[in-house]
Amino acid sequence: MLEHALKGNKKYWSWLLFLSFIILVGFYFYLKQLSYGLGITGMNRNVSWGLYIGQFTFMVGVAASAVMVVLPYYLHNFKEFAKVTILGEFLAISAVIMSISFVTVDIGKPFRIMNMFLYPTFHSLMFWDVICLFGYLILNIVITRVTLGAEHKSVKPPKWIRPIIILSIPWAISIHTVTAFLISGLSGRSFWLTAIMAPRFLAGAFASGPALLVILCIIVKKLTNYNVGNKAIEKLGVIITYAMCVNVFFVLMEIFTTLYSGVPGDVSHLQYLYFGLQGKAVLTPWIWGSVVFSVASLALLIVPKTRNNHKVLFITCIMVFLAIWVEKGIALIVTGFIPNPFGQVFQYSPTLPETLIVLSIWALGFFLITIFYNIALSVRGEVKV
Amino acid sequence: MSIDRRKFLKIAGFSAVGVAASKLVDVYAKGSKFISKTASSAFNRTKTKSATQVELAMVVDLRKCKEGCTKCIEACNHTHNVPDFGESKDEVKWIWKEPYENAFLDQENFYMKNEFENKNFPVLCNHCKNPPCVEVCPTQATFVRPNGIVAMDWHRCIGCRYCMAACPYGSRSFNWRDPRPFIKDPNPDYPTRDIGVVEKCTFCDDRIAQGLEPVCVDVCPEKALVFGDLNDPKSEVRKLLKDNFSIRRKPGLGTNPKVYYLV
Repeated sequence: MLEHALKGNKKYWSWLLFLSFIILVGFYFYLKQLSYGLGITGMNRNVSWGLYIGQFTFMVGVAASAVMVVLPYYLHNFKEFAKVTILGEFLAISAVIMSISFVTVDIGKPFRIMNMFLYPTFHSLMFWDVICLFGYLILNIVITRVTLGAEHKSVKPPKWIRPIIILSIPWAISIHTVTAFLISGLSGRSFWLTAIMAPRFLAGAFASGPALLVILCIIVKKLTNYNVGNKAIEKLGVIITYAMCVNVFFVLMEIFTTLYSGVPGDVSHLQYLYFGLQGKAVLTPWIWGSVVFSVASLALLIVPKTRNNHKVLFITCIMVFLAIWVEKGIALIVTGFIPNPFGQVFQYSPTLPETLIVLSIWALGFFLITIFYNIALSVRGEVKV
Repeated sequence: MSIDRRKFLKIAGFSAVGVAASKLVDVYAKGSKFISKTASSAFNRTKTKSATQVELAMVVDLRKCKEGCTKCIEACNHTHNVPDFGESKDEVKWIWKEPYENAFLDQENFYMKNEFENKNFPVLCNHCKNPPCVEVCPTQATFVRPNGIVAMDWHRCIGCRYCMAACPYGSRSFNWRDPRPFIKDPNPDYPTRDIGVVEKCTFCDDRIAQGLEPVCVDVCPEKALVFGDLNDPKSEVRKLLKDNFSIRRKPGLGTNPKVYYLV
């Protein structure tokens, strides 16, 4: 089955070559980071987590969102998702591998990573997050391998795979919940100290993940003759609409609670993010961009006419994806550190090497998706070689 | 890194002298006025619950601390090989000074006594009784010693910086780059750190093991810093806390900091 990865046309190979080039550039800068230290990034004593951890948080969400196709298809027997489910599962695998890569590049002493298993620490949520992520990765690899393998041999998948698929549903929720707990349980960071962090993460994930899936499905349809079907796309559109509504609702709830209660330490973070503090406002244009995209995409999603138009939906999905990428992949993590525990504003901007390392992990993700989708589509005989 | 014979002998010699010296100091420690025998044995990582548990704490008398004086900071930086990068981005700090309104962010008061306005006060790791950093560390590289000190194992730390996110006091620093070239006057008796690990004030746990006081306490010309056992009713810290009004940084978080400030 895996041999299908090695079959492809010129376009396929040149796309993979292009991605490999970006990965290699990033790898070069990662080697530089290893020798110079994380000082090569824009992170500092005050903002000690940046783009790496932000991207990690965001990608865990994308990985978890596979549940939005797995659940209707396997649990509710929603047949329209027959063709899209495998794409969702492969997207999850790529996203988990990206998440693990983002954490790895953020570690100061990567060669000591095994200390986490030599001295397992149950009161640290970092430990549980690693367990959740690796578990989810293994679950999805097994599920895709077995279901697609059965399809490849034109037989029914074995019965034992069903409980594993069912298990992957709560497991998907767990990876994003534990990732939220990672930051929402810290007494000293009031910006993160909120009970709706995990629900908010999930809402954002269930909007941004399916949005990326719709984008991929439309691209796949253009490049090959594999069509997941209009009904599937439209259903995903509905899922994105609900999730995006809930996501924006949660953000507004946070803003209300913080501003109405008016606790100075809590307000200062929001003030920095949306308006700037002490004359410093690096994140402000980004978050307003996110606000504009959120509002515009919501309008386009709620109106059925624009939601069911695939051309418009494609643009809408890009807006949803970018809006949440800024909100969760950048703003959420960085703003937690600004102002610092002394009430002072020290800002953070990623450096060029840091950005290139992040880009290379994205390239790795697309590399994996390309290969996986090629395998899946070849098995289903939709790609003519 | 290659080690030639000369260098090896030098290091071996240093180590031998170091061990001998610490043995000598141990003997001296027995007669030390503030560190009891239990404190020294409590230094060990093994949990031996003794009837008299030691709870080491510091009292900072803000009224005595002199503006412009940085003796404690300099002594600490030298003793612990704290690098000076000359810029704030990669900064490593163990003890430093902050204005009152920054150090006591949630205890802002208007129309303060003149002596507190526009004045900077020393801040350091609070060695919390419920330390959030220890709670979150995935490798137990930061841990609580039986004498209450929140210590660090720089050989185990993986550099994930979760502790820095968890610390409500901004007391932790990361080695964003190689600190060694930036140590102005290296102290051969104390280890230097490597790229990629977190560090912070250790309440001079190595000096305490030798029966000495923390170096910042030792050098303060105003005697504004006092160190001792919180569980000993006769200790100087207990006396000071009883006779004066004290505050702590962010007490509402439940971390139970053990650095007290007299106002």
